[in-house]
Amino acid sequence: MSNQPLIMVDGLAKTFILHNADGATIPVFEGLRLEVAPGECVVLAGESGVGKSTLMRSIYGNYLPSRGAVRVLHDGAYVDITRAPPHQVLDVRRRTLGYVSQFLRVIPRISTLQLVMEPLLENGAGPQEARERAEHLLGALRLPKAHWDLPPATFSGGEQQRVNIARSFIRNYPVLLLDEPTASLDAENRAIVVQLVKQALGNGAAMIGIFHDRDVRDAVATKLFSVSEYKAAA
Amino acid sequence: MNARPNEPERYYNYAYLDEQTKRMIRRSILKALAIPGYQVPFGSREMPVPYGWGTGGIQLTAAIIGPDDVYKCIDQGADDTTNAVSIRRFFAQVADVAVTEDTGEATIIQTRHRIPEQPLKAGQVLVFQVPQPEPLRGLEARETETRAMHAYEEYGLQYVSLYESVATYGRIASTVGYPTMVDERYLMSPSPIPKFDNPKMGDNEAILLFGAGREKRIYAVPPHTTVRSLDFEDYPFETQTWDENCALCGAQDSYLDEVVLDDTGARMFVCSDSHFCADRRAAGHVGPMADHQLAALETEPT
Amino acid sequence: MNAIPQAIEAAPLLRVDGLTKWYGHVAGCRDVSFELRRGEVLGVVGESGSGKTTLLNCISGRLPPSSGTVEFDTSRFGLTDIYGLNEPDRRRMQREEWGFVHQNPRDGLRMRVSGGANVAEPLMNLGNRHYGKMRSATVEWLQRVELDTRRIDDKPRNFSGGMQQRIQVARNLIHGPRLVFMDEPTGGLDVSVQARLLDLLRELVRDLGLAVIIVTHDMAVARLMADRLIVMKDGFVVETGLTDQVLDDPQHAYSQLLVSSVLQI
Repeated sequence: MSNQPLIMVDGLAKTFILHNADGATIPVFEGLRLEVAPGECVVLAGESGVGKSTLMRSIYGNYLPSRGAVRVLHDGAYVDITRAPPHQVLDVRRRTLGYVSQFLRVIPRISTLQLVMEPLLENGAGPQEARERAEHLLGALRLPKAHWDLPPATFSGGEQQRVNIARSFIRNYPVLLLDEPTASLDAENRAIVVQLVKQALGNGAAMIGIFHDRDVRDAVATKLFSVSEYKAAA
Repeated sequence: MNARPNEPERYYNYAYLDEQTKRMIRRSILKALAIPGYQVPFGSREMPVPYGWGTGGIQLTAAIIGPDDVYKCIDQGADDTTNAVSIRRFFAQVADVAVTEDTGEATIIQTRHRIPEQPLKAGQVLVFQVPQPEPLRGLEARETETRAMHAYEEYGLQYVSLYESVATYGRIASTVGYPTMVDERYLMSPSPIPKFDNPKMGDNEAILLFGAGREKRIYAVPPHTTVRSLDFEDYPFETQTWDENCALCGAQDSYLDEVVLDDTGARMFVCSDSHFCADRRAAGHVGPMADHQLAALETEPT
Repeated sequence: MNAIPQAIEAAPLLRVDGLTKWYGHVAGCRDVSFELRRGEVLGVVGESGSGKTTLLNCISGRLPPSSGTVEFDTSRFGLTDIYGLNEPDRRRMQREEWGFVHQNPRDGLRMRVSGGANVAEPLMNLGNRHYGKMRSATVEWLQRVELDTRRIDDKPRNFSGGMQQRIQVARNLIHGPRLVFMDEPTGGLDVSVQARLLDLLRELVRDLGLAVIIVTHDMAVARLMADRLIVMKDGFVVETGLTDQVLDDPQHAYSQLLVSSVLQI
């Protein structure tokens, strides 16, 4: 396998324009460059409000950058997330680019196990395989077995977050964006997540992460990246 | 030839309708015969009877009748019911025709709710009185939509009613107005005849004309046309059968009416086709209650 | 449950180009263009009167546009302008390859015949004439939309609003359409029923690989159901994009207003 970067961010700029607040503009960053190779975990540094989450969301296609390109290696070719048609972005998200946020956003009433299986089913896996992988991950994340058949709406913050992590790691994404995945976990569970992340990196995944927890950051980061260097002038 | 009874001071045109109206109706009839089963709109006129009393059938008869015709009129198979008697007298008076109860002798037979038991011949015309010409109306209220369905042969909807029937009764339970497919093209209501009579329509030697006065539609089945009753592959079309024979004439294969005789539940089954029954009795056939007083009510009171 | 991979093929299933509808000199929708692929769910959002329903009616063959084309990849003729087809062919295509779920079940169901017959009717329209086979297909579909199969012969009016919508969904999916239009499918339902129905719809769409165009004014419904969105205002499309991008980072002034107007619990 070549050491070709899996993500190439080039000349990226993001400015919010609030049309309903007299067209106020909020510049976040500009001219941002970043490459991540297989096995690398780039951790975004900088204080709160500097635009770490905005960068992550721009890379995922959740925010629309004002300028620049985000190229993700997908099926052997680079796809520019900022310009690709929606169906292609969705395909990249389904098979290449994963995103673990702090919040679990799901429809009510579906069981935890079903929720974790769902991403694999969407990718065409058989129910049997999906179930085995989901049970394995939930077990590894030490989510009590009694919870598996319940919808996660009533779970604690830490439990919901582990469901979220299981949903993301079940697909074995080549590229993963981690937006504070360990925020509400205790030390033991953080260690498990670190374990999962390292395992994925060992398998050649490329990651970009935001971790406020110093232990976790030190454990997984291969490189620190300062978003504030690209701060756009207001 | 004798002078026509109403000739000296005829208040109405021959056969009641004016000539232009009769021509208009004849043109509609020709079109209906050319497109078997297709409902042809026509300018239905006000008649001296209310809608529902056979205004469609009367207009058809008026349009085709001539002095040499022999006219028969039946209601529920019987020649001697009030409506049949009135309409028969009407045409005897306004069209100067001979009238008869004999199915074989008649050239025009106007009917409500039955097809005579005796097979019809070439040269005869059977005129049906139709209350609702549109078989899909009960399921689809919009005329624009039912017209499109006919135009494009979209007849799936008609099967919905059969489906409902099987779902509810375990069989296709509708017994009158059973929907038919004419010449494998147009879905047609056979008018409210019992489904017992449906098979008689197919490949008939006579002309079958259908007239709906209130709904202003004429349709027709020309001689020797296929008429298929709709059904499901696993629920084929079946006609009614009776365990009883006709109480008066003993017939085993005719359509029977149930007659309640008293309030203790006594009843008898008799042929609905009064002429067919009388004919059989005249030929010596005897049913289990042959001397019942109903058998005496044969001749029209004068 | 059989999962079909959501293969999104390269060729469009539906291509709308320059679609405009005038009502006199009032525009219903103006110059709308987009493509839809197999398995894609497109949400059309906007306030009342923004032209969502006009657009849906034009695309679904129920309202001829003033100008522009609607092309669909028909199984019989390939990619064809649906308004260029003659009426019987267009009706046949609508019957065989499309479904339409109305907001009000009364518009989408025959209220005089049983729920089961409503579900089975599309099969009869396709020429199925075997009662037993249609009956078992109906039972299967009632199970799929989570309705009590013992109530198969009840009339729609005896079902609750949510159940009526399920009957409508089954009726519009039983014949295996490739494209389903939905006009505010959960609009008339209370919130708990709405969530269950949305979940069911999502599952069916995924399993059947359906393409869907769903009109809604409810941003939560749009987020749950749609892969991407069209935002309409005064008949114009003011913004399009991935659902989460349009909702989380709206670009147009109107989209920003629309998103910021959603009540938070």
